[in-house]
Amino acid sequence: MVKSTGGHSAAISPVLRLSSFAIILANSTSLFAQNADNASGNLSQSTIVGLIVLVLAILTYGVLVFGDRLLKVSIKEIALEKGMPADEIQKKYSLVPPLIPHREKAMREVITINKGFDVYIKGRAEKEISDLKSASYAVKPIDFPGISPIPKLLVKEGDRVKAGDQLFYDRHRPDIKYVAPVSGEVVQIIRGEKRKVEEVIILADNKIEYRDFGKADPKSLSREAIVEKLIESGTWPFLVQRPYGIVPDPADEPKMIYISAFNTAPLASDYDFVMQGQDALFQKGIDVLNKLCDNKVHIGLNAKKTHATAFTGAEGVSFHWFEGPHPTGNSGIQIHHIDPIKKGETVWTIKPLDVLTLGRLFEEGRYNAERVVALAGCEVKSPKYFRTIQGASIENMVKDNLLNEHVRYISGDVYTGKKIEANGHIGFSDDLVTVILEGDEYEMFGWLLPSYPRPSVSPTFLSYFFQGEELEVNTNMHGEERPFVVTGLYEQLLPIDTYPLHLFKAILTEDFERMEGLGIYELLEEDVALCEFACPSKSPLQKIMRQGLDMVREG
Amino acid sequence: MKKLLRQFFDNMEPKARKNKYLYTTFQAFHTFLFVPNHVTRNGSHIRDGMDIKRLMVHVVIAMQLALLFGMYNIGHWHYAAYGEYVGLAEGIIPKFLFGFFQLLPVIIVAHVVGLGIEFFFAANRGGEVEEGFLVTGMLIPLIMPPDIPLWMVAVATAFAVILAKEAFGGTGQNILNVALASRVFVFFAYPTFISGDTCWITWDTNILHRLFGLGAKVAEYGPESSAVVQGFSGATPLGLAASGLQTGDQTLQGLDAITHQFSWWEMFFGFIPGSVGETSAFLIILGAVFLLVTRIASWRIMLSMFAGAVFVGLVFNFMGLNAFLQVPWYYQLVMGSFFFAMAFMATDPVTAAHTNEGKIVYGFMIGVMGMIIRVLNPAYPEGWMLAILLMNVFAPTFDHIFIQKNIKKRLARG
Repeated sequence: MVKSTGGHSAAISPVLRLSSFAIILANSTSLFAQNADNASGNLSQSTIVGLIVLVLAILTYGVLVFGDRLLKVSIKEIALEKGMPADEIQKKYSLVPPLIPHREKAMREVITINKGFDVYIKGRAEKEISDLKSASYAVKPIDFPGISPIPKLLVKEGDRVKAGDQLFYDRHRPDIKYVAPVSGEVVQIIRGEKRKVEEVIILADNKIEYRDFGKADPKSLSREAIVEKLIESGTWPFLVQRPYGIVPDPADEPKMIYISAFNTAPLASDYDFVMQGQDALFQKGIDVLNKLCDNKVHIGLNAKKTHATAFTGAEGVSFHWFEGPHPTGNSGIQIHHIDPIKKGETVWTIKPLDVLTLGRLFEEGRYNAERVVALAGCEVKSPKYFRTIQGASIENMVKDNLLNEHVRYISGDVYTGKKIEANGHIGFSDDLVTVILEGDEYEMFGWLLPSYPRPSVSPTFLSYFFQGEELEVNTNMHGEERPFVVTGLYEQLLPIDTYPLHLFKAILTEDFERMEGLGIYELLEEDVALCEFACPSKSPLQKIMRQGLDMVREG
Repeated sequence: MKKLLRQFFDNMEPKARKNKYLYTTFQAFHTFLFVPNHVTRNGSHIRDGMDIKRLMVHVVIAMQLALLFGMYNIGHWHYAAYGEYVGLAEGIIPKFLFGFFQLLPVIIVAHVVGLGIEFFFAANRGGEVEEGFLVTGMLIPLIMPPDIPLWMVAVATAFAVILAKEAFGGTGQNILNVALASRVFVFFAYPTFISGDTCWITWDTNILHRLFGLGAKVAEYGPESSAVVQGFSGATPLGLAASGLQTGDQTLQGLDAITHQFSWWEMFFGFIPGSVGETSAFLIILGAVFLLVTRIASWRIMLSMFAGAVFVGLVFNFMGLNAFLQVPWYYQLVMGSFFFAMAFMATDPVTAAHTNEGKIVYGFMIGVMGMIIRVLNPAYPEGWMLAILLMNVFAPTFDHIFIQKNIKKRLARG
């Protein structure tokens, strides 16, 4: 952990540096001068000049420090008079502007994470929002890990539903409801192998009819009333429980509810942009969450970027500031650095956009799953944000908006997202659609002499030395699956105090003791996704992670 | 070109599928020429450009300077033994060519035998041929004496690949370093070929010898290799340090014996007899820097092994009980195969410790043990092979200790 210095000392440090430089300069000139005329024992001219420079530098330094102190005192007085925060004013009137502007907030504790890696992909979403009219919307049971493969369906094809009407429930946990995001007709229920339900598709009405759950002020309700309202309205599944990444049990008392206010995955939706002007709704959502966990809501912010007042101005939450490459934005990594999850504990996490949906439920009394989704990726003509509703079809989004036909559509980011079709639907709590090239082509000697730049954590590639440059990426495996050979690589990419390789081996050998000991409760697939990307043995680490989580959950 | 090759492979594929041995071989060459068109199915949609093939080949690339110099060095000492081109810069081309033709069969035999066994096991396992042998196959010629009989290379390679690797389940599963297993086999099975003073120079008066214009010399000295230039011994610096040097009526010991024959710089740049690839510390260090910059080899192992060897070297210098112990530590480093072992042998990721902390202990212990075996044990002239194999066995224990520490720390939180 790094305690950042306040604006004051940051401001005087260049002065210090300058003066020490002057001292060295003065001394060295005098030395040379003495060598030149060592015959005379008197002080040579340049020595005197050097001494004068030195004295002047010390004087200037003293004056600057004194002036800065005086200014600080008067600023505090003004701040007291006007009732404004002192450091806001000081930023404007400091004698020397602070060296590192993002750390101006005095004494903010920043957790700096050094492990990890950022991949830059072409096609970042432009900061403009268009409205997206989508014909169909879907709810996909596979978006909820741990749900039984054949949930009990309460609707059949041809039925009419309102937004907020229950569609199905998990046979193991019938109390939790999964609802329709829009009103309309259930047109199709897609089933996969062994009658597994994959998608429930609703053809939306032009004007959405909402089921009414009643407006309420979360602050005046009891925890039970809030839980009941969340479950009844179908907003409960927005909460994700760690460990296991499943929908939490309402009877549990979580240690805290955690919101990561930034996403470090490639091309991720910029929450600072998306949350503009949503301060009140977000606060309402926070109030709801605070009731669920006895006022223990924590928010993780990006020390370099986060500025949306919805986050920074939120009340009744604890802030944590982070800095570092992906996967720093993952709530699992952040929780590990604040208060790691021990065996038997649970932490609930929720994404910022889903907090807005909770807020709307209490503000408007209905299940309004409106959200802003980013369309990004190197194959998108004009990547930008769309205002739509949860589960929307991407058909109108990508139509006439692609550079290439042979592409992969991903609901989510390139590490953890799910593959969908060109007319597929956005996942339950996803806020990003990524489109990249399919890479099903042979590449001659591609393992030795790559024919195009590709992202890599290995310095054997030239592109490694041009980090920050946005690349075109594709879905080629760039190799074949092999046993684990390389060691020490996952450790560089997973900022958690454990031995990832040995954790994976423990899962493969079903060694429960070691899985627990090496912290499987602190991890989800999304946390090891970067390791999976980088693994030269092309091991399916996210799949292994899920196997391990299912094992300890059932075992 | 690419199109033609693609057509060829696409046409061959169904035919090759009929026989599993044929198909494995086909796929090995196919994937060597072309990165497959496989795309990501589950999990991460994009994958890093790095794969095991690239990784292994970069290790092989790092060895090339040492290999090329080894070829020259074989030729140099062979000519020197017969009193031709005694100077280092004289006759570089014939020296190199002699070494090249002397070493090429060894490289070919090691690869044919090793890859043959790999292909066979891969086909029977129903999997693909793994790339681990690319490195092993190049390491084996580099750690053998220059005139090792080819049948011995074949037997040693077969022993190593079958017993040290395939018996454990192939690449990634082995406990012992495969290349070192082949050397240790030769060392204990045919000790006369790989120890003593005379084995580190090619003495053979075989066909190559005549081809390179040394036939007349044989006529001069007679066919026996013992009757060479007066005073030429072919002893390695380590041999000199261990057993001294008889010059005229006086016996030189330790450092005096070494410096009588070789200067520090000669040893550093590699103009000394020895195993093919081990002699030039300078070129091996260049290879090691390449491996470190590309982050293929672990700096932890290299650094700690270096520290371990220097530490014990200093302790020995401080004790100074006999002439060998008195040899300064910086001479100890450039003699024998210390740098080769550090750059290419100890850093094998599969057989080294897997945890970062374990790597430091593992490297340090190799440095310590290697020096102890080399200097204090009269039976073995060089220590790194045995030290690394010993620490290969202990590496999982080091890992276990650090993993248990992490587990205990986590339990203590709750």
